Amino acid sequence: MLSYLLRRALTLLLVLFGLSILIFIIARIVPGDPARIALGPLATATQVEELREEMGLNASFPVQLWSYLSGLVQGDLGKSLLTSRPVMDDIRGALPATFELVLVTIILQIFISIPLGVMAAIYRNTWIDNLLRVISLIGVVTPGFVLAIILQLVAAHYLGFLPVTGRLDGGIDFEANFTGLLLIDGTLAGRFDVVLDAIRHLFLPAIALSAAGIGQVMRITRTAMIEVSSRDFVEATRAYGIPEKVVTFRYMLRVASVAPLTILGLEFASLIGNAFIVEFVFSWPGIASYGVRTILQKDLNAVIGVVLISGVFFVVANLTIDIILGLLDPRHRLKAGRGS
Amino acid sequence: MNNLQADNPQLRDLSSRQMAFYRFRSNPLALIGGFIVISVAIATIFAPYLAPSPESAGSFVDFRNRHSPPSWQNPMGTDNVGRDILSRVIYGYRVSLGLVIGVLGVAVPFGVILGLIAGYFGGWIETIIMRFTDVMLALPPLAMALAITAVLSPNLINAMVAITMLWWTWHTRLIYRIVKSQMNEDYVEAALVAGASHRHILFKELLPNCFSAVAVKISLDAGFVILFGAALSFLGLGVQPPTPDLGTMVATGSEYMPEMWWQAVMPGLAILYAILGFNLLGDGLRDMLDVEL
Repeated sequence: MLSYLLRRALTLLLVLFGLSILIFIIARIVPGDPARIALGPLATATQVEELREEMGLNASFPVQLWSYLSGLVQGDLGKSLLTSRPVMDDIRGALPATFELVLVTIILQIFISIPLGVMAAIYRNTWIDNLLRVISLIGVVTPGFVLAIILQLVAAHYLGFLPVTGRLDGGIDFEANFTGLLLIDGTLAGRFDVVLDAIRHLFLPAIALSAAGIGQVMRITRTAMIEVSSRDFVEATRAYGIPEKVVTFRYMLRVASVAPLTILGLEFASLIGNAFIVEFVFSWPGIASYGVRTILQKDLNAVIGVVLISGVFFVVANLTIDIILGLLDPRHRLKAGRGS
Repeated sequence: MNNLQADNPQLRDLSSRQMAFYRFRSNPLALIGGFIVISVAIATIFAPYLAPSPESAGSFVDFRNRHSPPSWQNPMGTDNVGRDILSRVIYGYRVSLGLVIGVLGVAVPFGVILGLIAGYFGGWIETIIMRFTDVMLALPPLAMALAITAVLSPNLINAMVAITMLWWTWHTRLIYRIVKSQMNEDYVEAALVAGASHRHILFKELLPNCFSAVAVKISLDAGFVILFGAALSFLGLGVQPPTPDLGTMVATGSEYMPEMWWQAVMPGLAILYAILGFNLLGDGLRDMLDVEL
C-alpha cells in the first residue's frame, strides 16, 4: 500500500508540474500584449510599457518561465490587475466558499445517487426502475445554468423561503476564520443560526451543481450492481443464509462501488466547470465567481491562478478516489501507476 | 441477446447487423432520441423555411410586440425587442450544430490518430502522448475554455477553438484503451507476420475495430458540445449578439425573470431537448453496438 501511495504521489507531482508549464505557455502564446489587453485601447504607450516592466514581460521567455515557476513553489502567483492584491490572497479568500459548495455537492451526490442506483438495480424493469431512469436522464441532460435559473424561479419566487444569492444573510455578523467553511466554523463557535442560514443558502446551488453527477452515478451504480448480482459469490453468500440486506449492501455494493467512484472522480472536472456557472447565477462569492470576473477583465495572472487551482482540485480529488479504490480492491493497487 | 434469440425463433436466422438494428428498433428511448436528433437537424437545414418569422434571427425590432407571452402567433413568446423566440431558437440550433460539427470534425480525427499511435507503437511514444493527455485531462475544461476565449476575444470561432483544444483527449484515451486490448489479438499478429506496413495495420486493421466505440462517443459528445457552447455564451464568452444563440438567449432572458419567464425558460428547454436527443441516441447506439466506453 505504501509503495502504491508513493507511486501515485509521484505521478501527481509530475502532472501538476506539466499542468503549470502548460498553463503558462497558453497564457503567453496568446496573440496580443497582455499589458495592452489589461489596460484597454485607451492607455498610452508609456503606461503599457510601465505595466510590461512591472509584470516582467520584457524579460526573455525562459527567464519569465523561471521566475513564474520559482514564484509558484513559494506560493506566489503575482499580482491581480483587477484587485491589485496578490492573486494568492484573492484565491485564499474565495476558496473556502467554493470548497464548501463542492464538498456539500459531492456528499449529496454520493448519498443520493448510490442508494437510488442500488434501488433501481433491485427493482429493475419495474416502474420504480423506469421512474429512476427518467430522473437520472433529466439530471444528465439539463444544463447547469438552465436548472439553476429554473430553481431560482420556482424556489425563490413561488415558494419564497429560500435565498437565491450569497452565502449568508447580510444581517448575520460572523467571521469564518478557522477553516473558512461556515458549516464547520459556525458549529465550532456554537452559532447555530449561522449554520442554519448557511444551509439555506447552500441548498439551491448544491442541487443545481449535483444534478448532472447524480444522474450519471446513478446509472453507473445500477449497471454495476446488476453485473455483480450474477456473480457466483453472491449466490454463495445467499446460500449461507446471510440476510438479503447484508448481501446487497455489504457484499455486492463493495464490489459494485468501484465503477461509480471512478466516475465521481472523473466527474470532478465538469463539477468545477459547472461551479463557474452555478456560482455566477447564485452570486456565490467563490473561486469561480472570481475566475469569471478576472477572465472578463483579461487579468492574466489571476486567470492562471484560478485554472491552476482548479487543476490541483481535480488531481487531488482523483488521487483520493484512487486511494479509496485501492483500499476497496487490492487489484487496483497493482493496476495504477502503469499508465491509464 | 442470446436470450432474445432463444425466445424468438424468428430472430435466430438474423445476421448480427440485422440483430443490432432489431435491438435499436425495439428500444423506444433510442427511437425517441433518433427522432429528436433528426428534428433538430431538419430545423438547422431548413431554418429559413421553418421559422415563422425569419427576420427575427437578426437585429429586427418590433417594440409593439415586446415581452408578449406564448400565444398562437408566437408559440414561445417574444423577447425584449419583440422578436419571435421560436424563430430564434430554430436559428440558434444552426449555431449549436455548427459548433458540434466544427469541434468534433477536428477533435475526433486528431484524438483517434494519437490514440492509435500511442497504443500501437508503445514505448516512449506512448509515454509522451499519454502523459500529455493526462495533463490535458487535468485541466478543468470549462475554466480552460473560458480562459482561452476570454483572452482570444469572445466569438463563435474562438469558442470552437477552445473546446476543440480540450476535447480530443477523451478520444485519445478511448482509442488507446481499445488498441491496447486488440494488440494481443491474432489478427494483428497475423498482419505483422505477413509483413504489413504500420500504416496498413493502424488504419486498415485496428481503426475499423474502433468505429463503433467512436460512433457512440460522438453521439454522446454532440450533446455535451452543445451544452458547453451554450454555457460559454451564457457567460458572454461565446456567440455575440445579434446572432441567435441559445445560451445567450437564456442569459438575456434571465434578466426578465420571473415575470417574463418564457424568455429564459423556452431557449433553456430547447437546449435540453437537443442534448436529450443526442444522449438517448448515444445510449441506444451503445446498446445496439454493444460497446463499453
